[in-house]
Amino acid sequence: MALNRDFVGRASAPSSPYEVSRVKIKEFATAIGDNNPIYRDREAARAAGHPDVVAPPTFPIVFSLAGGAILADPELGLNFAMVVHGEQRFQYQRPIYAGDELVSVSTVTDIRSVGRNEFITVRSDVTTVGGEPVCTTYNTIVERGGAG
Amino acid sequence: MAATVKYDDIEVGQEIPAADYPVRRASLVMYAGASGDFNPIHWNERFAKTVGLPDVIAHGMFTMAQGGRFVTDWAGDPAAVVDYGVRFSSMVVVPDDEKGAVITVSGVVEEKLEDKRVVVALTARCDGSRVLSKARAVVQLS
Repeated sequence: MALNRDFVGRASAPSSPYEVSRVKIKEFATAIGDNNPIYRDREAARAAGHPDVVAPPTFPIVFSLAGGAILADPELGLNFAMVVHGEQRFQYQRPIYAGDELVSVSTVTDIRSVGRNEFITVRSDVTTVGGEPVCTTYNTIVERGGAG
Repeated sequence: MAATVKYDDIEVGQEIPAADYPVRRASLVMYAGASGDFNPIHWNERFAKTVGLPDVIAHGMFTMAQGGRFVTDWAGDPAAVVDYGVRFSSMVVVPDDEKGAVITVSGVVEEKLEDKRVVVALTARCDGSRVLSKARAVVQLS
């Protein structure tokens, strides 16, 4: 089913604050097979000049998926069973550290058909609860056969 | 907060040696739990085949994370990656055996920017296919 183009420009309400924990960073680093001590040991992170353990570059996927509320809206018409990931980008204003409390606002920036597939792009602007910009993520997902 | 690689030591065209990253079914189960992406195409072979896939496939984000690991290992500081984007061009099919799949990542310094930053172009392959395209990381060097 073609996706509802009226969703372009639609923005989510700000997410509830996501508290970045050392335990979650360590769990994520372990899951990607990365044993870098800066992801798991505060002293190692401090020795490298960081205030606390650092999140891996792709870590924001953990909480920016929460912007999925728009994608789950039945009015959009997205069939999750046919979804694969098309593109992803993380643009950092500053690194993410354990202890950060982050809020995301997600906006649908584009919906388009390519062949028989539907592409939808969601931008998430991630800031601290105090409003300091932290990163911007761009997530494009593909609904296979959606345009057919 | 400083990369161990120095901007002045780097030239455009410089290659970063390839590294192999294994992916097994257990890797995908762990990644599902850590990321919160429980789409069954990443762990349920029966479901994956029902929706027309050849077998269970890796999360695109798992593959992207291996590229990220490749760059942060090179730079010497996870916080040195200031921008990282990819297109997922092919699936990483992960069979249910001891071997699983292997993602091979390599890189080349494509451009030197202002403020001691460089653009690294990444290539990621699995089973002869390019699994990431347009994969670029902007890295803050020292």
